[in-house]
This record gives sequence, C-alpha cells and structure tokens, in this order.
Amino acid sequence: MDAIILQILNGLDKGSAYALIALGLTIIFGTLGVVNFAHGALFMLGAFVAVTVRRILTLSFETIDPTRKDFLGNPLKVKTTYVEHWFGPDAGQWLIDWSVPIAVIAAIPVMALVGLAMERGLVRHFYKRSHADQILVTFGLAIVIQEIIKYFFGANPIPVPAPEIFRGSFDFGVLLGFPENAIIYPYWRLVYFAFAALVIGGVFAFLQFTTFGMVVRAGMADRETVTILGIDIDRRFSIMFALAAIVAGIAGVMYAPINSPNYHMGMDYLVLSFVVVVVGGMGSLPGAVLAGFLLGILESIASMKALIDLVPGINQVIIYLVAIVILLIRPRGLMGRKGVMED
Amino acid sequence: MDTREDIMTKLHLTRRGVIKAGAATGAGLAMPTIFVKGAAAYTNEPKGSEVVFGFNVPQTGAYADEGADELRAYKLAVEHINGEGDGGMLNTFSSKALKGNGVLGKKVTYVTGDTQTKSDAARASARSMIEKDGAIMITGGSSSGVAIAVQSLCQEAGVIFMAALTHSNDTTGKDKKKHGFRHFFNAYMSGAALGPVLAEAYGKDRRAYHLTADYTWGYTQEASMKYFTEKEGWETVATVRTPLGAGDFSSYIAPVLNSGADVLILNHYGRDMVNSLTQAVQFGLRDKIVNGKQFEIVVPLYSRLMAQGAGDAVKGIFGSQNWNWQLQKDDAASRAFVKSFGEKYGFPPSQAAHVAYVQTILYADAVERAGSFHPCAVIEALEGYKFDGLGNGPVEYRAADHQCFKDVLVVRGNENPTSQYDLLEVYAKTPRAKVEYAPDNEFFAGGALGECNPGK
Repeated sequence: MDAIILQILNGLDKGSAYALIALGLTIIFGTLGVVNFAHGALFMLGAFVAVTVRRILTLSFETIDPTRKDFLGNPLKVKTTYVEHWFGPDAGQWLIDWSVPIAVIAAIPVMALVGLAMERGLVRHFYKRSHADQILVTFGLAIVIQEIIKYFFGANPIPVPAPEIFRGSFDFGVLLGFPENAIIYPYWRLVYFAFAALVIGGVFAFLQFTTFGMVVRAGMADRETVTILGIDIDRRFSIMFALAAIVAGIAGVMYAPINSPNYHMGMDYLVLSFVVVVVGGMGSLPGAVLAGFLLGILESIASMKALIDLVPGINQVIIYLVAIVILLIRPRGLMGRKGVMED
Repeated sequence: MDTREDIMTKLHLTRRGVIKAGAATGAGLAMPTIFVKGAAAYTNEPKGSEVVFGFNVPQTGAYADEGADELRAYKLAVEHINGEGDGGMLNTFSSKALKGNGVLGKKVTYVTGDTQTKSDAARASARSMIEKDGAIMITGGSSSGVAIAVQSLCQEAGVIFMAALTHSNDTTGKDKKKHGFRHFFNAYMSGAALGPVLAEAYGKDRRAYHLTADYTWGYTQEASMKYFTEKEGWETVATVRTPLGAGDFSSYIAPVLNSGADVLILNHYGRDMVNSLTQAVQFGLRDKIVNGKQFEIVVPLYSRLMAQGAGDAVKGIFGSQNWNWQLQKDDAASRAFVKSFGEKYGFPPSQAAHVAYVQTILYADAVERAGSFHPCAVIEALEGYKFDGLGNGPVEYRAADHQCFKDVLVVRGNENPTSQYDLLEVYAKTPRAKVEYAPDNEFFAGGALGECNPGK
C-alpha cells in the first residue's frame, strides 16, 4: 500500500512536467493549428535559463593567492563572485542559493521573446501548409536550438541546485500512520507540484475569466467568424504562442534542480508529451492536464519492482500500451472533440 | 542546384570511375595472389613518409565532452610522437623505442571520426577512416557497445583497435578480439577493488540495492559488484534495471528506503549517473539511518566530467577510476602528463584523456619495437608486454585476453573541493594482485581472440 502511495506521489510530479508541456502544446495546436515539435526545446531552453542565471550570479573575478598552488604548481587564482563582492558574502550567497526562483522571473520575458520570435519568424509561414510540413520545420528548429545549446554549454549535464531550505525530503508516511521512511518525498518535488498546479490554474483562469481569454476561446472554436467580427485574432494567437513558450520555459526552470539540464532533455519529454496530448484529446486543455497526470502516475506505478518482475519491460511500454487502449475505446482521446484534425 | 552540364560531368566521371574500377578488379582477379600480396602485405601499409592514425570518438551526442577530451589527448600524443612539445610521458615511459621522429621514421598524421556513441555510426566512421583515409589503426570509444562493435570491425578489416573508454567485462571477455587491446580497467576490477574498501568503511553487515543501466556494461557492472560485495558478507536486497536515459529516476529511487536496504549501488554512467545520483541525494537517502546504520550510496565507475555534472551530490561517495590527475602528487609520469596537457589546454586531463594518450603511445611504441606496421607483428609486440611510466605504475598487457593489468584507484567525492577539477580524491590504490583474475574466469568466459588478420 505504502509503495503504491509513494508511486502515485511520484507520478503527480512526473505528471506535472508532462501536463505543463502538453498544456503549451495544446494551446498552440488549439489556437494556431500548428503541431509544434519544437516545444520540448522550449522546455529545455527554460532549464538553461536557470543555468544561465546561475552563471551570471556566480560571475567572478580572480585574485592571485601566492600562498596556495594550482594543479600545475603555479600560484592559485582565487575566484570571488561579483554579487558577494557587491552585496557582501551573506546577501551574495543568498542570491546564488535562490538562483532558480530568480530564474523563473527572468525566464518570463526571455521565453516570451523566444516564443514571439519563433512564431513571427518561422512558424507563421507554415500556417497554411500541411501538418507534415509543420512537424518537419519545427522538428528541424528543435534540432537547431539543441545544437546551439550544446555549442555553448557542452553535452554534459550541468548541476543547478535548489535553494538550501528545499533540500532533503519530507516523511509522508508518518502523517498517514506508516513507519518512518516508508513514504519520503523531496521538498523540491512538492514545490514543483504546487508550482505546476498554480501555473495550470493560472492558464485556465486566464482563458476562462478574461476578455482576452474569451476572444481566444472564441477564435479556437470558429476563427473565421471572430475575424469577420473585426477582431485581430492573429495578434492574439501570437500572444498565446508566447504564453505557451513561457509555460514550457518556467516548467523547465523549475525542473532544473530535479534533472541537471542537458541539451537533450527537451527531446526526452517531447515524445511523451505528444502521447499525452493525443490521449487527452487533440485541442482539449483539460484533457492534456488529465492525461499528463494519468500517464505520469501509470508510468511510476509500472516501474515498481514487483510489476517489472511480473512483466519485464512494462516500465518502458506502459504509456504506449495505455495510449493504444484509450485510443481504441475513445478514438478522439479522453476529452477530444469532433472535428479536430479530422478535415 | 546542379545544372544539367554539372550532372553530365558528374555522370561522366562516375562512369569513367566505374570502368577504371572494373578494369582494376579484373586485373586483380587475373593476377596470382602472390603478386597481390607483395603489392600490399597488409591493410593500409604506409608507403610514403607519413602514417595515418584514426581517432574515433564521440564528437556529438551524450558523451561529446568525453570525446573532446580524448581528442585533445590524441593530438597531444601525436605531437609528442612527432617530436613536438615537451614530450610528456615519453620522458617517463619505460620503453625508449620512440625517438621523437614519428613512428619508424614516418610522421604521424591523423583523421577523426564521430561515433555519436552509437554502434552503427561508430562502425561507419571507422570503416571510412580505414577505407578512404588509409588509417593504419583505430582508437577511441566511449561506451562498451561502441567499443565492441568497432573492435570486431577492426578484426575483420585487419587493423589494430586500441580501445579507450570501455569498462564492460565483455570487451576483453566474451567479445575479445585478436586485434583489440584495452588499457582501461573493467567492471570486475572495479568490484574487486571496491568490495574490500566498502566493507572496511561501511561494515560487513550491509544490505545493498542495485539500480542498473539496462545494457551490456550495466549487467557486467552489477554482476561484479554483487559478487564482490556478497563475498564481503553483504546481502543483495534487489537489482532493478532502469531504461537508458530515463531522465527521472524518482520512481526507481523512491522504493529503496522502504526495501530494507542500507546501501544504494548505482550501476549507471553518463547522464544516467548524474541524474540518478542527484535525485537519490535529493530524496535525502544519505541523511537517513536504516537498520541502525547511516544510509550510503556507491557509484562503481566514476568520471570527473560526470562528477562535475552531479556537483555537490558526489561528496563522500565511493567509486573507482582508471586514472586521476591528482596521482601527480607522487607519480612523475602523471606529473609530466598533467603538465604538458595542462599547459596546452589550461585544465587538468580527465581519465578519458589519459587512456587515449596512453593507448596511442603504446601502439606507436609497439610498432617501433616490432620494426613494422604489420598488424601481426604489432600484436606480437603488445601481447604480454610489460611497461611502466605511463601514470599507472607497472602494467602488463596480458597475452591471453589483451587486457591491461595494473593497480586500480578507489576514489571518493571530495568533501572540500577547491575547484571543479578536484571533486574526486584518491582514497586508495588496490594492488594488481587483488584485482587480477584467470582468463577463463566466469565473468569473462566464452569467446576467443581468434587469429591475426593482415587484411588485404
């Protein structure tokens, strides 16, 4: 029992990342009708915003300490960060320690710009082309972004620690009456889950309760009529693309302490996120979120040793198996509507 | 866009090429074999004043940083063989056959290939270097899958393969080849070196939980660690295979504490190791007391570049290495290597760089001692060869399986690193006798070296 609770907790967390990426994918697909294979790259770029912010905060100058030696036996160059130099060691250390939350704030304008540049610069030219062309061009873009990141940051993962107070883990089991250490969960992952819930709630509230959101929803339902009514729906859709980029980006920033960022992490999540979108139903935002959590939890449960011993390899195929079953029963996905991607 | 004329020219050339090739083949077929043999006694026999080495490393993909460091070392080795630079470990190497005038008087040049850490890409680039660029030998590799694939290709092509980063028992076990030579240590040696150290540090009454990368290297690493820790009295609670590149290992790590285990052994490498270790530390495993003992994590195969990825998470964690630049404290050879590498590139070399450099020097030296580039002569010169002064103390290339035998380093994550280069510190040196095994040991049984193949 405790093992299953543990894996559900785990799945919520994995599901948060899937749901956040799938949410952005669905926004872009629903508004612009574009299948964006570069969306995983946006998640990865977000993680590298975290890396970059940390690098900026730890920029340092060198002073030579003649009393110590470096690996070649020359006097050691001691590095002091500028933030420590300017704000004093305590405040400087605090800034560096909190680099991930700071990066979330930095990522919002950065990702908005990246999103706008992507949409205005490239994706817009493919609105009238077939989905196959859109997939090819965005997939190509993803590879280009990936290689640029590798050029500047190298191929190895780069550690980005979470703030000190979130290290360590919380003992859930004790709360539920289980023995000590039965169900432990890292604090940062709890933060991630709360953060994801907040972002998802925010996006839904934005679409549901603002005039802007209402127009966008109307545009998603019937683009032509909205245009005839004299509303510049294209501009609003561009902004939605930027919003989707921000969602993917901040999801990446917050994920950096969980998984050391590397240039390939976007691709790792992209394929699964597409499965999530399809299972949830193309174009359905609640469907994407529901399927994200569902598949995250299933994947976690399938990686329990008892199950792997029973069905070897189940941990690697469970998502696809479930996807097949769901699509057989509900060909449009869990919450898919008629007429989406069927023309 | 090609114009019609361009295409015509190309077609024309190709047609002529085909005819020429056809004629040559015809002549070759018509000629008695003995003459053909005289013309080329072995694959890529160097004819001019230069000889080509083929460096087959991952330049893209997950291990590109290891590949880049290997390539730096290969270039340094070529410089030293050709008599440029300060000579590095040639000054400390026990063999004095190399004179700094190339190999057998021929200047060494090189070509590079990109393995992408994929077996098929690695074979294709090795084949291209052998067939198009005339490489007399191939060296490189950063994964056992790749090394084993390229090794068998070199056997068929009739060139020597000097393996660099490959740690699976199979490389010199069931997949060993007459043309393949490995300086790097292996999973068995890691286990043999770590077992006693772990038992001493953490006690003999321990329960271990293994997470293992789901491919050849992971299996041999797991089997070796299991064998040697159980030999010390440890119990193995569970062994769980994790998919390669899983990214998030939380669902594998979460059940560990509840399993009754008090040690977690991570048979992972590369990105997997960075992620699983970071996440295990995040789960707070190392802060827990289980069975009345401090919970511990072990990473059997360490790499400095990986340690950099894991950051603080490596502190205090045991593992093993083939070489570490901090050996320079009491080893003149390591000091010479760190100096020439450090002065050229500005940072200390990794173990990947070390093995790449050493393998190139060993090949060149074997050719010089054999007096010929003929692969059969080179193999003879390397088999059973004993040497010293290349950073690992006395070493022997065992004739029976082409595995180097030497002391193995047990390292530990440094609690107080002064830079990103000393994240690991040398904890102990396990002497060769403790890690040596018979060629027919159960972990290495099966397969055969086969015969020397001079190629065409």
